[in-house]
Amino acid sequence: MVIERRWKKWFYFYIPLAVFIVFTLFPFYWMGVTAFRPDPELYRSWRAANATPFWTLDPTIEHFQGLLASTEFLQWLWNTMLIATVSTLISLICGMFAGYALARLRFRGSEFLGTAIFITYLVPQTLLFIPLADIIRNMHLGNTPWALMLTYPTFLIPFCTWLLMGYFKTIPRELEECARIDGATRFGAMVRIIFPVAVPGILSAGIFAFTLSWNEFIYALVFLSSVDQKTVPVGVVSELIRGDTFFWGQLMAGALLGSVPVALAYSFFVEYYVAGLTGSVKG
Amino acid sequence: MVAGAGGAAGAALPADRIVVSRWTRLLENQRVLAVALLAPGVIILVVFIAYPFVMAIWFALTNISVGQVGEFVGIANFTKAWEDTIFQTAFKNTVFYTFWATVFKLSLGMWLALLLNRHFRFKRLVRASMLLPFIIPTVLSAFAWRWMFDPTFSVINWSLYHAGWITDRLPFLSNGDWAMWCAILVNTWRGMPFFAITLLAGLQTINPDLHEAAALDGANAWHRFWHVTWPLLLPVTLVVVVFSVIQTFSDFQLIYVLTGGGPANSTHLVATYAYQIGVASGLLGEGAAISLFMFPVLFGVVWVQLRYLKRMEGA
Repeated sequence: MVIERRWKKWFYFYIPLAVFIVFTLFPFYWMGVTAFRPDPELYRSWRAANATPFWTLDPTIEHFQGLLASTEFLQWLWNTMLIATVSTLISLICGMFAGYALARLRFRGSEFLGTAIFITYLVPQTLLFIPLADIIRNMHLGNTPWALMLTYPTFLIPFCTWLLMGYFKTIPRELEECARIDGATRFGAMVRIIFPVAVPGILSAGIFAFTLSWNEFIYALVFLSSVDQKTVPVGVVSELIRGDTFFWGQLMAGALLGSVPVALAYSFFVEYYVAGLTGSVKG
Repeated sequence: MVAGAGGAAGAALPADRIVVSRWTRLLENQRVLAVALLAPGVIILVVFIAYPFVMAIWFALTNISVGQVGEFVGIANFTKAWEDTIFQTAFKNTVFYTFWATVFKLSLGMWLALLLNRHFRFKRLVRASMLLPFIIPTVLSAFAWRWMFDPTFSVINWSLYHAGWITDRLPFLSNGDWAMWCAILVNTWRGMPFFAITLLAGLQTINPDLHEAAALDGANAWHRFWHVTWPLLLPVTLVVVVFSVIQTFSDFQLIYVLTGGGPANSTHLVATYAYQIGVASGLLGEGAAISLFMFPVLFGVVWVQLRYLKRMEGA
């Protein structure tokens, strides 16, 4: 009986879970191994007798050195960080204000506005990138970080608003009413009472927005042209593939380094991120 | 009690602050405050979503290209795209890609959610690391996949060959059909955690008593899933599927990195083809028209979602 149950647990639980873990994490392991593998080993055919694909015998940091020496990778990293941070902040502020208004204030058209904002949440970037590129150019924002700092909020504000609106609704009205009775203005009560209470929700929206900005690709690809303005994903794509040649070692080194900041931010705020993720769909 | 305290404070107020600025008083009005609070977000959304949307329709009706003012051409761009065999392939691909990727993401994500819902050692660590494909920028992880699918240096070929399952390499990205399935695999890999974690959150709200009661009534694991878990998870599932369908249908970056639409334009999606025509070739009008072909589908999905939300609020 016991033996049968243990067998069952392996079959139905441990083995599938292990397969899922390997499937999920192997590409990252592969990224790491490739980044530290010297070139002769990297370009050894899969049929070569001495191929050791799953590890490397003499790890090297030459790809990282090459990456930093031959490209403006650090500049891209800085650009991405700056753009992600600023667009997250803009979206958070707009989202906190709009979310509060929709959750708490009574005014005509509030339902319509809520729905409209929800719909913009579902507009993908690929629908509008062509006219948007033209608009950005006409505003003289092309090839500047502002092109992205102002357009990333289009997909971040709706989601921040929606998430924070849900969060504000869970805060008891009495808290605010007490402050108002003590003489606070509506605005003051919002800033000094509601926002501090909503910090977990704000953190969730913020960390989620940050990872989304870090991940964005098509706007960055279309709106930025000079090498020193690029973000990490675009820089890696456009500068590490020259003609038909892929610099795999440097590509993987770049992918690894480009993933570290966002992975770190994620690891510090896992719980908030998950709350943001699940909240973003439940609204 | 509350009313008394309020009255006292109210009475004390005017003495405290005689000077109340006009702005402060204006902002006490709910409607004025609402307008002020909503303005920044709404302005950004109008300027960078509503306006471009109108412009997209205008572009699509003209023959505008880079550096050239467009002339009105009616629906010529739409009919041209509709008759273009590459566009037809791209549209079919998009539907195919969205359908299968969503099926896999939902089924594997559900399975993973059920596994993660159990108690085991390092549960938190495993759950957190499962989300990594969703966090790491898609472009960067897609490069890792592309390297794994490399014709000459593929680690997958190496493994299968040494396991004795294949004698020659598999044409991962060099054959159109294979490449499409590879893209679906990578999309599933990337999107599955989103399904798993969201469904897991849904699973955690299900009262375990329900399962116990069902088990006492003699339901086996499959029946318990099908008659207890699945119906209760349905609302969350629907929402997650809608989000995923929209993201997958409008996907760009994964195909751009993995195949670039090749080999021989066989793996283009609507978005990558719109990029090729609108940006790479500079035919803004045609590119905008191609993008807009996504709109009816996205609109339909959003409409279903909104109706569903309304029904939830009514219930």
